[in-house]
Parts: sequence; structure tokens; C-alpha cells
Amino acid sequence: MMRRAALALAILCIAAMPTAAERLVISLSNARVGVTSSFTGEDLVLFGTIEPDQGKTLMPSGYDLVVTVSGPPESTRTRRKARVLGIWVNVDTREFVNVPSYLAILSNRPVAAIASQQVLRRQQIGLAYTLLTQRIGPDTADTVTNDPFRMSFVRLKEQQHLYREAPEGVTFLTPTVFRAAIPLPANAPNGTYAIDVKLFARGALLARAGSALEVIKTGFEQYVADRAQHDGLLYGLGTTAMALAIGWLASVVFRRD
Amino acid sequence: MHPAFRRFLPLVDGRFALQIYLPIADLPVNMFLLLGMGLAIGYISGMFGIGGGFLLTPLLIFIGISPAVAVASVSPQIAASVFTGFLYYWRRRSIDFALGGMLLVGGIFGTALGVWFFTFLRAMDQLDLFIGLSYVTLLSIVGAIMIYESIRAELRARRGGPATLRRPGSHNWLHGLPFKLRFKRSKIYVSAIPVWGIGLIIGFVGAVLGIGGGFLLVPMLIYFLRVPTATVIGTSMMLTVITMASATLLHAVDNHLVDALLALLLMIGGVIGAQFGARTSQNMRGERLRLLLGLMVFAVGMRFAYDLVVTPEDLYSLRLVRGQ
Repeated sequence: MMRRAALALAILCIAAMPTAAERLVISLSNARVGVTSSFTGEDLVLFGTIEPDQGKTLMPSGYDLVVTVSGPPESTRTRRKARVLGIWVNVDTREFVNVPSYLAILSNRPVAAIASQQVLRRQQIGLAYTLLTQRIGPDTADTVTNDPFRMSFVRLKEQQHLYREAPEGVTFLTPTVFRAAIPLPANAPNGTYAIDVKLFARGALLARAGSALEVIKTGFEQYVADRAQHDGLLYGLGTTAMALAIGWLASVVFRRD
Repeated sequence: MHPAFRRFLPLVDGRFALQIYLPIADLPVNMFLLLGMGLAIGYISGMFGIGGGFLLTPLLIFIGISPAVAVASVSPQIAASVFTGFLYYWRRRSIDFALGGMLLVGGIFGTALGVWFFTFLRAMDQLDLFIGLSYVTLLSIVGAIMIYESIRAELRARRGGPATLRRPGSHNWLHGLPFKLRFKRSKIYVSAIPVWGIGLIIGFVGAVLGIGGGFLLVPMLIYFLRVPTATVIGTSMMLTVITMASATLLHAVDNHLVDALLALLLMIGGVIGAQFGARTSQNMRGERLRLLLGLMVFAVGMRFAYDLVVTPEDLYSLRLVRGQ
């Protein structure tokens, strides 16, 4: 009786141990990125350590890390062309609603090797398993991974360097200290980027930690873009006045009569 | 490439190239490329006395600026270059303000309609197609007519016949319409209906396609309304300045697509180029000029046709609907 109870307790301890044994401590090289017109892209660095919980010990090795960075949500239309009467026309469109404008999945090895499909799907890890909702009729839903619109959307975003899966994006400096390089391209949109760090071992999620970074575009070009977006009338009047002023100036400078 | 141009190559792709970021087109471009394009189009526009929008808008599309931004940003550039010409004709008192005012009644309405239609097409994801198809149709027809007319005139001149074409008859069915008005400066007596109609068409086409429409408007005024050569250019410029200024304003308010930086660079190149073009044209025969322009217009039309017919590299494309 006693022996059986002790065994049950031991099994319980082993089962509960992995979820409570590790903690993640992370730190970002800079949490605010000011983007000017000369910005050609930058790698932000995230450092972190795997810490044992009080009274627990860590495994000597075998940890896996996945860092998911997602930019502010946006809605984008994906359009497909087909030949109609000899010319190429957009015949079909799908709207992706509130999907990340930027999405980077950085890991120390391919995510498919880190955990099973079910776990990846549940945790939304990897481009194939991230929820990308499309407007379908009055509803919104994600489609199967090999849906042609979904695949094209992801491919085009990858071409713009806005979506990426980097299986070597996380490097372990020691078995418990890691570093992840978050690549920010020049066309990274303004806003708050959520950073989600997940620790795995033997295919199971052990711990997670979150952080955020802010991308702020500054400089003259951004000022112009903001005015165009928010003060359309004033911006239009200004542009028109500039046009007429330059036309008038030319007529004064190059007066022919 | 001509060796004289080779000296300027470092400005375009070498270490002196100055990249600037176009805020609305959302694209880094070489500043000298845009200034150079402005100069070239300005030169052509000065040479032929046209706004040049129908060449500039396609050129911007060909270097990778989205058709929507190209159309919206060329409007202020045309307004600037045509305003220079307008002031010149004003000083020479060869503008019929009464006729220009009546054209504007239709012109403003047409511009508003054009911008609305532009917004509608964009929402339907068919704007690029419409712009492409319209350019093919418009430019190949106008180009073909110009080539045909100038070759015929050239042949006639060679045979020693009279160089001028038959003067159009003094009356046509348009003169039978009601609401007749007398325009003193142009010495014409016509119905207001075709005047409004022409203004409407030019305003509409200009706003949707990013063209001033001078190359359509001048022939229309001559053939349909019998406006004399003394006032036709100045009056057409009066309409174009105001429709293009309104198009700029409406595109800025409705679509937020006017790239002021892009427009500014094009304007600077444009107004300078126009001065040199105007000088060259004085040393060239009119028929030769027309043939040259016709060939250019036709070639741009064909390029659009090619883009529509050839299989695109990627069948899929993205358009941002709403950011944060």
C-alpha cells in the first residue's frame, strides 16, 4: 500500500516536473526601432537564458527554442490573374483579414523536428500553422495549408521579406543561453510587434515568455505619408499650390517674351 | 549608348546615385532617374506643346510605380508644366476665358466623375486593367492617326501639292444644337452642349488615366467647335490646368495616392526640359514633328498591349486594404 502510494507520487512528480522546472528570461537589444528613409533593414538581437525554477535542475541539453515575431495586423487582398479573351485579368480575389503584417519564426532547428504537427498547430508555430484568416462569404476562416490563395499570399509576403521561417535564427551560446536575430526589413510597417518565445524539449512545450518591440518611422518621408493619409485636403491643397508655384516660377525664370 | 550620355551613368547607377524614398509610392528610387525622366518628358512636351502626361504616366508604371500612384502623382506635374504655358499665352492675350469657363463647367464635373470611377475600379481590383486597356486603345488609335496624317502630308509636300489639308467646312451637325453662345475672342457661335461635353470627356479621361488631355482636346476644339489657332492652345491650357489641379486635390482627398515628392522631382525636370524642347521645335518641320510624336505615342500603346497579353511572371498579386 505504502509502496504503491509512493510510486504514484513519484510518477506524479515526474509528470509535473517539466512544466514547472524551467523559466525563460529574455532581453531585447532595443525595444524601439526608429526607421528613417536611409533605413535599409536591421537585425535586432534577442538574448535569453533558460533558468531553473527554485529547487529544480535543468537538463544538460536537448532544449529547443522557437521565437515568433508578429507585426501589427493588416488586411490584404490576394488577387489571381487568368487569361480572359487573350488578356490577363484579375479574376478572383481573397481578402486576408487581420493577419500579421510581419511574421518571423526563428528557431534553432526546423520547427517540424521540434514538435509534432498537433503541437505546432495548437501553438501556431511556423508559417504553415499560423492562423491566416480569409474572408469567405460573410464569415472569416483559415483554410488548409495548401490552399492556392494562402500559399501565394505567404509566398508573396516572403518575397517582400515580411514573412520568413528561419530554422537557424536561434543559436545556443551555451546549453542554456541563447540568442535570436530578428531581421527587420526596410519595408517593415509601423507599430507594435509581439515577440513570443517558446521553450520545448522532446516535443513538449515547457515554458514561454513574451515581449514586444516598437517600429516607429520618422523623418521627412514619413511626415509626408502621414499628412497624405490623415490630412488629405490640406495635403492636396499644398501639392496643388506647389505645382502652380513651380509653374509660375518657370514662367518667370524662362520668360520668352 | 551615346558617349556623351555615358558620362552621366554614374549618377544613375554608380556611387553618386542618390536614392530617395518616395513616401506614397513606398519605393526607393534614384533621384536622378526621376529628374532625368522629367527632363526628357518635359523636352518632348515643350517640343510638341503638349502636357506629356500620356508618356509620363506609362513611364512611371514601367519603372515599377503602381498605376494608381502614377496616375494620381502625374496630375500635379501636368498642372505645373501647363500652368507655365498658360501664363505665357495669357500674356499674349490668346486665351478665350469665356470659352474656357464653359469648358470648365463640364471639366470639373468630369474630373469629379473620373476620380469617383478611379476609386470604384480600385476597390474592384480592376484599375490596372482599365488603365492598361485605355492606354492601348487611346494611344494606338491616336498614334496611328498621327502617323497616317503626317506621312500623307509629307507625300503631298513632296509631290509639290498644297501642304495644308482641306479646311474643314464651316458648319456641321453640332452647330444645329440649341443653347447657342457667342464667344467673341474665338469668333465662334456654338451650342453650349458640345462645349460642356468636350470638357466632361477631358476631365474624366484626365482624372482616370493621368493625362492632361491636350493631345485630344486641341483637335476636338479645332474640328468640332472650329476654335481658331490663335486661341485654341491657350484656352485648352486653361482647362487642363484647372482639371489637373482639381484631380490632384480629389485624388489626395479620396485615395491618398498623390506622391508630392515624386511630383516635385518630375516638375523640376519637366519645366526645365520644356524650355529646351520649345527651342528645338522651332528648327524642325511640323510634319516631321508630328510623325515623331505619332511613332512615340503608338510605341507606348503597343508596350501596354504587350504587358496585357504576355503571361505575367506571377499570376498572384497583393494589395493592402487596411493597415493598423
